[in-house]
Amino acid sequence: MEILEEKKNKNIGYKPILDGIPDWPVYQLSKNRKEFLEEVTQKAMEQIRLLRPSRKQLLEELETTVFREQNRIKRNRWRVDPKDDARFWARVKNDLIELGSKSAEEAAKKEEDLLHEIVLRYAKEIAGTFNPSSYRFAREVIKFWFVRLLNGARVKKFGAIFRNRYSLRDKIHIVGKVKMLRRLAKKGTVVMVPTHFSNLDSILIGWVIHSIGLPAFIYGAGLNLFNISIFSYFMNSLGAFKVDRRKKNLPYLETLKMYSNVAIQKGAHSLFFPGGTRSRSGRIEKQLKLGLLSTAVEAQRNIYLESEGTDARKIFVVPVTLNYHFVLEAPDLIEDYLQVKGQDRYFVEEDNYGSFQFIKFLFKFFTKGSNISVSIGRGLDVMGNYVDDEGNSLDASGRIINAREYFMTEQKVTVDKQRENEYTRMLASRVVTEYHRINRVFASHLVAFVAFEMWLRKYPRLDLFGFLRLPEEDLEIPYDEFKETFKKVRKEIYRMKEEGKVRHATHLKGDLDVAIRRGLENVGIFHVKRPLLRARNGNIITQDLNVLYYYHNRLVGYDLEKFIG
Amino acid sequence: MTSKSSSDKPVGVIGAGNFGSVIANILANNRKVLLYARDEKVVSTILKTRKNRGHEMHPNVTPTDDLESLARQCDVIFPIVPSAHFRAMMKKLSPYLHPYHILIHGTKGFDLQLPKGETIETVKTLSREQVKTMSEVILEESVVVRVGCLAGPNLSRELAQRQPGATVVASPFQEVIQTGKRLLRNERFQVYENPDLVGVELAGVLKNIIAIASGGLSGLGYGENAKGLLISRGAVEMVYLGRVLGGNTKAFLGVAGIGDLVATCNSPMSRNYTVGYRLAKGETLQQIMDDMQEVAEGINTVRITKKCAEYYKARPLITDTLYKVLFEGMTVQDAVDYLMRYPLNVDIDFV
Repeated sequence: MEILEEKKNKNIGYKPILDGIPDWPVYQLSKNRKEFLEEVTQKAMEQIRLLRPSRKQLLEELETTVFREQNRIKRNRWRVDPKDDARFWARVKNDLIELGSKSAEEAAKKEEDLLHEIVLRYAKEIAGTFNPSSYRFAREVIKFWFVRLLNGARVKKFGAIFRNRYSLRDKIHIVGKVKMLRRLAKKGTVVMVPTHFSNLDSILIGWVIHSIGLPAFIYGAGLNLFNISIFSYFMNSLGAFKVDRRKKNLPYLETLKMYSNVAIQKGAHSLFFPGGTRSRSGRIEKQLKLGLLSTAVEAQRNIYLESEGTDARKIFVVPVTLNYHFVLEAPDLIEDYLQVKGQDRYFVEEDNYGSFQFIKFLFKFFTKGSNISVSIGRGLDVMGNYVDDEGNSLDASGRIINAREYFMTEQKVTVDKQRENEYTRMLASRVVTEYHRINRVFASHLVAFVAFEMWLRKYPRLDLFGFLRLPEEDLEIPYDEFKETFKKVRKEIYRMKEEGKVRHATHLKGDLDVAIRRGLENVGIFHVKRPLLRARNGNIITQDLNVLYYYHNRLVGYDLEKFIG
Repeated sequence: MTSKSSSDKPVGVIGAGNFGSVIANILANNRKVLLYARDEKVVSTILKTRKNRGHEMHPNVTPTDDLESLARQCDVIFPIVPSAHFRAMMKKLSPYLHPYHILIHGTKGFDLQLPKGETIETVKTLSREQVKTMSEVILEESVVVRVGCLAGPNLSRELAQRQPGATVVASPFQEVIQTGKRLLRNERFQVYENPDLVGVELAGVLKNIIAIASGGLSGLGYGENAKGLLISRGAVEMVYLGRVLGGNTKAFLGVAGIGDLVATCNSPMSRNYTVGYRLAKGETLQQIMDDMQEVAEGINTVRITKKCAEYYKARPLITDTLYKVLFEGMTVQDAVDYLMRYPLNVDIDFV
């Protein structure tokens, strides 16, 4: 199978922007871990007390927390959970009961202690341990094996495994505003917010950050990933902090937010997936989780509040999209999505992928020609304005504006939670817009989109679920008809690219038949049942309509449907 | 929130029309006010006579024709200019605005942006891409994000006579609402809050359609039953259109919706009402527009709303019929007959 050639990356290597690991903010944090965690704990407690001002409310909150935690332990236990979890919460429950027999003063004191204990426990659990030597080790191991795999797989000869003909760069294309990102990381603090489609994202983005010469970022990764032991090892050493989406109690959420907030204020570049969880439908995230995003806004306000001069360190939000031909988990994700659609339920965080599956996937990934591209967007300030290379905020007509003034009332920087919530919402919607603009359309996305929409058009009376239940054998599109529509939609994508509304991979261009063939060969390439392929008679057919729906969704939201049929 | 230092800073009002002058006077009870007029003659007249459009101007009001100095001196600005000029005004003002500014507008109309060479008659479809509320114009044209609007039964003349009245200040920002309240409130003027900015704007804009229809009924000499019918069906149509255009139901039931609707539909003082009234008396739209001092926003609103509703496949009965009256030569009498024969029987289907 041919490699889908992208434009060669001009930038073959990037020098690190900071010389030694000891200069990295993340290293500084981890060196002063104890003080840092205590600061997070104190500030989170302050915040919780603000939200639950009376003793009665606080007590209720603690009781709810214990109840939920015990429930979680009973129902949904994970390998990464601390061994003493059950014991710890049983003890806290006991302590809470005993409060009743104490004098008001004693009880208040005890409550305070319990809160401190719980918050500190959470903070420790969230915190990653960044260890320079294991970071270096992990980095080298990943690089070494990736390159070996790649070379061994590409050239089908024993011994090729020791060659260095291909590097990861041939496999993973980094496009977009790389230089700007490097500059911004020197000028201020970067908060990178990528789209989230696959468990592979975390590792991939870690590699990207290293490969463009940035110091390690701290990043919020789902705790479920730490169940997979190789993941766990690498992520721990790459500076990841853990986000446990099973825990939805107030003390936990406040601790988590404060952790991110304080780290950003201290200048640690951060990364989190603002979609919260992997996109189940395969669509680009539309609704972002505001919790972690709000920490960027709050951290910026605090920096302005504490520095009166013009030297306030700025926070830059950098949207990133990850573009795949193939998402390992697609069949499960779309099934989840279809099951809960229309019902207001949380997804149960499960993971069906152990280390073995993961290695198998990696092997497949390297042996077959399925490339990944990472699009880096322009930097934004926390209000969602574009910034220039110097980090200045710009308004729509390119004038420099002073972002501090967004936080000012009557000539002073003020704290206004409600205002900042609104700002966070505005930032989120800007990030979503940017995702759509920097998203790179692959041939595989487009074939999936076109085929699915064409079929859907043939059954106007069926709703989505009815349509998805059709037997796959009944669905067939004559190749020429397909080609015609593909051409029309591709033209529209070119037009939108001119307007800056989307990007596309270079392999999408050129001869129509070649572009379609590339698309068909790559869409969901490793699934047992292929979402789209050509039958012997040349017609387009599918083996799995649900999965096709998943890949099709990647291009939903561009209003391309009207060019079908 | 209130600090002494701030009270020295004047509040800005842009637009010295009827409503602008009245709002400037209300604000002047609490603060110094800078009132911007495009025309320097208006400025000199106010300076000389202390009068504008028949309103005695409060001593705290200083007229100016310098937008830059107004933006520099005022943190809070109330733009109150007709919707047709709103975007142009924002483009002029924008270079002087900062992210710390708060803008609360009082304009009840739509902004329309068409591709070059197109007019509203020639353009094929009209969607919310081209039709914007004033707050959306402010956000598009400037760096200001703390935006709000004023809406409600605010007939200029009654306000000027200090009759009891109320307004809604709508904004997603509590800060903006509280600032607006603090500046506007007095013992004769009640200020309500609403977080649904676009909903409140839409209510204020859409009620102008019904106001024209109401004038038409009076012009034909019909009484209170007919008006009751119109106002209740009109309210339903406003909710329906409001949802199509991106507001939610609640805003329409409040002061800016029903409150404003009842006031304008009963008021010969209202410009939109007057348009309908004179149409019913047999005048043509051109004749009416020629001798009106200020624009009746409702005329343009009908035109834009009708076309925009088509795009969203909505069928607003009153608006469509009124469109025929205004632009296609249907008489008011025929319009009423048509509506009365129309088979519709569900009273309320949105609660």
